[in-house]
Amino acid sequence: MHKENQSLIFEVSKPGRIGYSLPELDVPEVDVASILSQGVIRTEDAELPEVSELDIMRHYTALSNRNHGVDTGFYPLGSCTMKYNPKINEAVARFPGFARVHPLQDESTVQGALEVAYDLQEHLAEITGMPQVTLQPAAGAHGEWTALMMIRAFHEANGDTQRTKVLVPDSAHGTNPASATVAGFDTVTVKSNEKGLVDLEDLKSKVGPDTAALMLTNPNTLGLFEEDILEMAAAVHGVGGKLYYDGANLNAVMSKARPGDMGFDAVHLNLHKTFTGPHGGGGPGSGPVGVTDELAAFLPKPVIEKVDDRFVLNYDVPQSIGRVKPYYGNFGIYLRAYTYIRSMGPDGLKAVTEYAVLNANYMMRRLEPYFDLPYTQHCKHEFVLSGRRQKKLGARTLDMAKRLLDFGYHPPTIYFPLNVEEAMMIEPTETESKETLDNFIEAMIQIAKEVEENPEIVQEAPHTTVIGRLDETKAARKPMLRYIKEQSPVEETVQ
Amino acid sequence: MKHRYLPMTEQDQKDMLETIGISSIDELFSDIPEKVRFKGEYKIKPAKSETSLLKELGRLAAKNINAQDYASFLGAGVYDHYRPIIVDHVISRSEFYTAYTPYQPEISQGELQAIFEFQTMICELTGMELANSSMYDGGTALAEAGTLAAGHTRRKKLLVSATVHNESHAVVKSYADGQYIEVVTIPHNNGVTDIDKLKEMIDDETAAVLVQYPNFYGQVEDLQAISDIAHENGALSIVSANPLALGLLTPPGALGADITVGDAQPFGIPESFGGPHCGYFAVSKKLMRKVPGRLVGETNDDQGRRGYVLTLQAREQHIRRDKATSNICSNQALNALAASVAMTALGKEGIKEIAYQNIAKTAYAKQAFEKAGFEVKFGAAHFNELVVDCKSPIKDVNKRLLDQGIIGGYDLSLVDESLANHALIAVTEQRTKEEIDAYVQELEAIHA
Repeated sequence: MHKENQSLIFEVSKPGRIGYSLPELDVPEVDVASILSQGVIRTEDAELPEVSELDIMRHYTALSNRNHGVDTGFYPLGSCTMKYNPKINEAVARFPGFARVHPLQDESTVQGALEVAYDLQEHLAEITGMPQVTLQPAAGAHGEWTALMMIRAFHEANGDTQRTKVLVPDSAHGTNPASATVAGFDTVTVKSNEKGLVDLEDLKSKVGPDTAALMLTNPNTLGLFEEDILEMAAAVHGVGGKLYYDGANLNAVMSKARPGDMGFDAVHLNLHKTFTGPHGGGGPGSGPVGVTDELAAFLPKPVIEKVDDRFVLNYDVPQSIGRVKPYYGNFGIYLRAYTYIRSMGPDGLKAVTEYAVLNANYMMRRLEPYFDLPYTQHCKHEFVLSGRRQKKLGARTLDMAKRLLDFGYHPPTIYFPLNVEEAMMIEPTETESKETLDNFIEAMIQIAKEVEENPEIVQEAPHTTVIGRLDETKAARKPMLRYIKEQSPVEETVQ
Repeated sequence: MKHRYLPMTEQDQKDMLETIGISSIDELFSDIPEKVRFKGEYKIKPAKSETSLLKELGRLAAKNINAQDYASFLGAGVYDHYRPIIVDHVISRSEFYTAYTPYQPEISQGELQAIFEFQTMICELTGMELANSSMYDGGTALAEAGTLAAGHTRRKKLLVSATVHNESHAVVKSYADGQYIEVVTIPHNNGVTDIDKLKEMIDDETAAVLVQYPNFYGQVEDLQAISDIAHENGALSIVSANPLALGLLTPPGALGADITVGDAQPFGIPESFGGPHCGYFAVSKKLMRKVPGRLVGETNDDQGRRGYVLTLQAREQHIRRDKATSNICSNQALNALAASVAMTALGKEGIKEIAYQNIAKTAYAKQAFEKAGFEVKFGAAHFNELVVDCKSPIKDVNKRLLDQGIIGGYDLSLVDESLANHALIAVTEQRTKEEIDAYVQELEAIHA
């Protein structure tokens, strides 16, 4: 083993050590064999680690030191809204009166939790301009699917079973077409025009009696506002289709434009983006869905309602699409979002959007001389550069992203959206200071110069991280997906 | 606007507008058509200071009965288990919780390695060959297992046991609806899956048989028999397993399961009013390229140093788009980390001891209820839950128990009318003999 390798917890393990503390058994001992039949009693131990409590803490502290979070440094990952995660949110989520509440307790014993949920629904309804909100979906993609299932149920209730197509722009997140597929629809791709916006003519030529919905992010993944939104809404509504808003980019338009006012029929929000639920290294998220009154009959159940001064779980929703998740969604995450919204208030949320957009435009204009900017109009909360100029000089966008690691930054989103060559998608958020933006801009400018003068340093980056570029081909060809004492790849029997 | 989360000063604003070449922030929003522009401010509650918001939310939290202040016998899928203090210390390290998905492996080795270790521990407990990095929860994991099976077998029917948790069952149904897959319920016989009915119902349209282990009623199913029937008919065997119980129970992987899923909530994750918890998803290797969600694999850099990356991404939505068989993107990474820490703390010995304590306490409770004249329904082996006939409406019983500082069992009449007056009572290692006795005594007092 190479001496620089970080140990796995299994390699730290030593028989005889323990890291737990259970009370002495205060009931009579039992013979497990007299309770469980022989075939269901485990004969081979699960090889979990045997380590002391300090071993555990050192191990995970070492791992955390090999990880970059927003609290570590700037994280301008486009479309992910990596803003500061307020600490009050963490404190509130750990109150025993929230964290230690069981979802199946009697309604009368969880009025505080239901009040949070109900009041958050009300707040999100106002923010999105959608009258009805469900908090059940666990993440953005889950919300997309939930809303599409509601739209499908609506069409079916009208006898419109021929509406099998969902239109998705070519710049959309991968979850959009995937959600359409798992909701039973076929996807039709709509082209973008030379301004980076949905090609209205292409859209008009593709809508028809088979259209179930159009899925749209606004501003789109290029960070550009779809100016023709009302014409697009008219085209889709004109043939009886529904309009779906992917709320991944809501940070760009709070207090400026509401999906409900733009003509959308259903919206999902990523509370772990705009509303500061921490990303947690990939989750958990929370993906509430807001809908028009027309679609409300199809909401997942139970619906959280207020009757007089009581908060109730209403299961009597005959046309509901059913449950999309056990219980009532990721309460611990939407509780954090609620805490954030209450910390900001209406003027705060407005400032959030204004500063996020100002930061993005400032960065875009300062970087414009050094990188190709395919779409030059004002952006919203994020913008997309192209690395094609640098590619011609021998350094790809991937190389520049890796070089940014040497400056202590998390790189932007790269190679997305798909309709920009060598894309770099930069989203600064409003919680970063001008000094942070300036330092990052200087690093980007330096990298652009390095590409011209000394491309090797970029091509061979990173130089300062705990590990170099990893062999991803090997990882995929000979998958090793778990620790085994004598490690060997998974032998595949079936492709 | 001054706010502790917003570092923008008036001078910053002025300088930035000048660089952009505009005179006001409003100009940046000029592309929003006048007709859809929102004017004014949201009609939402005004901002609160840190102190006053903590007070307000503290008051709301105080309205909820909770398992820290009460002895909870409520389980039915979400349990009060030993939560090592160290778990919260690890997941509070903000290098973990403020990171995104580990798309840049060079600065995400901590998260990637932690997931790799999680995958390994789940494999160890379930006896499966590989596991993914997590799913939203046990219910959606089971649902995705069902749709995976339908895709794999090209069949359009799922047989779901009546002893699967009703809410998970409902989620399976919703997911199946999405892809025009039929869901049929296998009835139970005395609290376990009716094997004879399963034999009658299964046919060459059946993609998979879905059961729970231990099941909703706390009973241990005969997985080998169920898997054999599934396989004889060309269907997959899918098991939703409580991973803590697997400290003592034979792993599904050794009993014929093709897919084992479940929720890692028993490992260091608080109830949190139902979420976020942590689904897990483990399969036999023939299904490796059909697993939903993220997988972490081991590899090395050009200097031969060991490292970890997200791998086999050709399965996933961001590559396959409309050809993807799952749309999952965000998962439950931070809770998978919490579960890893708890599994590590328990370790090889602790996982056996905690499972044993659950069995021993439940056995004691069974005896105590029976001795006091309250019938424990269903005969098969119990892990940590009992169906008890409390001889009175559970809503009323639970109200009385609450006055004694006890959160009573789950009211089974809510899911099965024939089980009026029956409670599903969970007895984990957290419950003391005293608390169990108090529960029984209160039932006796009600009927005295």
